[in-house]
Amino acid sequence: MTHAPARADILDLARDQVLRRGVGLDRDQTLEVLQLPDDRLEDLLTLAHDVRMAWCGPEVEVEGIISLKTGGCPEDCHFCSQSGLFASPVRAAWLDIPSLVEAAKQTAKTGATEFCIVAAVRGPDARLMAQVAAGVEAIRNEVDIQVACSLGMLTQEQVDQLAAMGVHRYNHNLETAKSFFPQVVTTHTWDERWDTLRMVRDAGMEVCCGGILGMGETLAQRAEFAADLAALEPDEVPLNFLNPRPGTPFGDLELMPASDALRAVAAFRLALPRTILRFAGGRELTLGDLGAKQGILGGINAVIVGNYLTTLGRPAESDLDLLGELKMPIKALGESI
Amino acid sequence: MFDPYTGADVAGGVDPARITAAHRGLEPPRFCTQCGRRMIVQIAPDGWWARCSRHGTVDSVSTEQR
Repeated sequence: MTHAPARADILDLARDQVLRRGVGLDRDQTLEVLQLPDDRLEDLLTLAHDVRMAWCGPEVEVEGIISLKTGGCPEDCHFCSQSGLFASPVRAAWLDIPSLVEAAKQTAKTGATEFCIVAAVRGPDARLMAQVAAGVEAIRNEVDIQVACSLGMLTQEQVDQLAAMGVHRYNHNLETAKSFFPQVVTTHTWDERWDTLRMVRDAGMEVCCGGILGMGETLAQRAEFAADLAALEPDEVPLNFLNPRPGTPFGDLELMPASDALRAVAAFRLALPRTILRFAGGRELTLGDLGAKQGILGGINAVIVGNYLTTLGRPAESDLDLLGELKMPIKALGESI
Repeated sequence: MFDPYTGADVAGGVDPARITAAHRGLEPPRFCTQCGRRMIVQIAPDGWWARCSRHGTVDSVSTEQR
């Protein structure tokens, strides 16, 4: 009687492949990690933390974000309260330049090195580009912080304009796996988003691209998403957890279980060993205070501090105190992780 | 009186059925407590303000919230 050779444990495999050699897990390997039982979660988080420390170091990148143009978006991203197509309580608003600069100053006071200006649009029009140009210039004149933007899908001309303004990093989330995207957005395609990301990369701006977990995707699609991102090789991946917004198509979805969220954080770290992996929206609801600590000790090496675009976050001091307690230094301006 | 998170008329003591995020202090007000109108809300990293076209502006400083 013959026996099939014993299958290597995925964490043993990852310890050699990712921790020792710096090669991220592929899609099938990531799925295996996402399927680990709860009694392996602690070992998984420890390994993901070791990978982060080995390939990124102890520094944590801190960022603040602000909504320059809120609500009234023509797109139908099913998770988003800013779509003008849903009966959401969010009303349209524009922020003025002095308020934008003040928000950048408050962000810089926390020790943050990144300040991201966000607009709820399909893509920027001339008015928005002019407002962004004025805002970026005012911030660069008054605040010592790097400016990032998230303005939807761009033309090549707009990419070039943002690069010329000195925009350091551009955020455009793929949001989810390509195979699940049509269940999340119907007014544009995953490939259109990819095209913007490619132009951003080619223009020399840093690429920030992540998404939202817990929108009903399968574990296989979650692994597919991690592999999609690994193929893109973004400088930063923000991980959000669905915060179901009243009036949106996903408003009645359940919160993602905390253990699944932590498993995903660790799995994405093992798929993306050198990437800045940022805790973003929804973590307060999904993980709470204890989960935030576990995530930062489970592969995360960047946080959005303070409030988000349409929802509130933990006070910045809570995260900064936690980083101090964990003896994780905040990344300084001009330093790379 | 109107619930600031749902806009429900709570004068009769009706439970406004707030979402979890509101219970946990993670939502800014969206509706004027005096008239129930949707407000324009702007969130900043360290606070927020909300403006009713009839009853003016409230903010995180005046309400001692974030």
